[in-house]
Amino acid sequence: MAQAGEKNVAPALEARDLTLSWDGEHIVVQGVSVDVAPGEVCCLVGRSGCGKTTILHALAGLTTPVSGRVLLHGEDVTGRPGRVSYMLQKDLLLPSRRIIDNVCLPLVLAGARRDEARAKAAPLFERFGLAGCERKWPSELSGGMRQRAAFLRTYLMGADVTLLDEPFSALDALTRTDVRRWFVDVAAELGLSALVITHDVDEAVSMASRIYVLAGAPSAGEPSHVAGVVEVDRVESESFELTDEYLAAKRQVMALLG
Amino acid sequence: MARPVDRTEPSRARRVLTPLLTIVALLALWQAVVVVGIVPNFLLPTPVQVVQALVEDAALLASHCVTTLAEAAAGLAAGVALGFVFAVLMDRFEGFYLAFEPLMTISQTIPTVAIAPLLVLWLGYGALPKVVLVIISTFFPITVSLASGFRSVDPDVIDLMRTMNASRWQIFWYAKLPAAADQFFSGLKISATYAIVGAVIAEWLGGNEGLGVYMTRVRKSFSYDRMFASIIVISALSLGLMKLVELAQRACMPWKRAERNNNER
Repeated sequence: MAQAGEKNVAPALEARDLTLSWDGEHIVVQGVSVDVAPGEVCCLVGRSGCGKTTILHALAGLTTPVSGRVLLHGEDVTGRPGRVSYMLQKDLLLPSRRIIDNVCLPLVLAGARRDEARAKAAPLFERFGLAGCERKWPSELSGGMRQRAAFLRTYLMGADVTLLDEPFSALDALTRTDVRRWFVDVAAELGLSALVITHDVDEAVSMASRIYVLAGAPSAGEPSHVAGVVEVDRVESESFELTDEYLAAKRQVMALLG
Repeated sequence: MARPVDRTEPSRARRVLTPLLTIVALLALWQAVVVVGIVPNFLLPTPVQVVQALVEDAALLASHCVTTLAEAAAGLAAGVALGFVFAVLMDRFEGFYLAFEPLMTISQTIPTVAIAPLLVLWLGYGALPKVVLVIISTFFPITVSLASGFRSVDPDVIDLMRTMNASRWQIFWYAKLPAAADQFFSGLKISATYAIVGAVIAEWLGGNEGLGVYMTRVRKSFSYDRMFASIIVISALSLGLMKLVELAQRACMPWKRAERNNNER
């Protein structure tokens, strides 16, 4: 897999020295830089309340940083929403739309006719484990299935980079593990460039090829910063979670978190 | 030993029969109270006399009914349209919300019976003052329910749609409007009953036609059986309108059935 660390691969997404604030006065995040290479899944790990979602909001263009820039394939997209695909913690499926129309939403919002959008989305239902769910209402799906539908909707946003904000945290432990493994497979198959934020170290190590560890306590007046970057030596294994490489990466992340 | 609590839902037959039997029992008690002479008949007609009056005056009641229903429907339609516009403006412009929200609450503290004679004085004995009174009565529940429905949308949904480059109109159409539908129909149900009552009160205080006019006439002639007959008709109209709103809600919100089924499982 391509690594942003390799000098000849231009990052798909770059955050350069981002400094962020909730209210314009108190700094929450100080000088954070993150790179996501094409086809790479990275994780941003940090304790609750350290400003992870604030960083993702800035990367998605929903907020403007106090200083710093966000570049997409070298183009400055700071404070411009709609340039990256974004999946939030909750599935946020619209209860009033059938699943097919929920996943088609980005296409319809971009101006596609409903039947065109449906025709484009329908073949993907099987790959995303949603076959037979097209005409169902969101309330008729389980948490795991709703999350898959939300991920398909995110994929159909069609941007080169996908941001995921603790996408599996609302699921129970068993479903979370299943959906996580499924996500890793699908992301690899689709060549997804993604930045996932999580507070779960196991989740980060099992998904990412590179982990940015965020440290700090903004509520105590100490802005968060990147304490270190851990490269995960991903070995092809059915049970990667039991390998030495996995444990070594986990140990490094835990040490950086303090 | 404590018995386990029975949490099973009552059967449909039980849900229908229980209130029906209660009504029949109350009617029987009413009939008995008058027949035995506990309450004199000239003050309180028996249910049988009320039904007889209803049958005898059916044609007359129907013609007054049409007038009242037309005034209520026109007022309700205008009230809904006005309420919708106000709710959208309140949602869109914070200043508009701050300016009009207290005024609307104050407007609801003015009793309808106090304002109706003024409307008749200003607008005459025709249909207009009745329709205006219905608009005043129905506009508030619609505006409040819609405005609060628009504000009930999860802000994360709006953020998500912004990341999809959704326009303000698209956010309104796809997220806000469906989110407000439930509360809108609750407001519409209340407004439907207010519409009939509002029209009748306005007719009562001045007019030539309608159930309110019929009521003032039969009251003056001490025909209390006819008075009760008109009350039954007014209740039936309100119930009918509420039922229509329920049917419209079911047709407009098909996803609610799936949610109900899911909750029952």
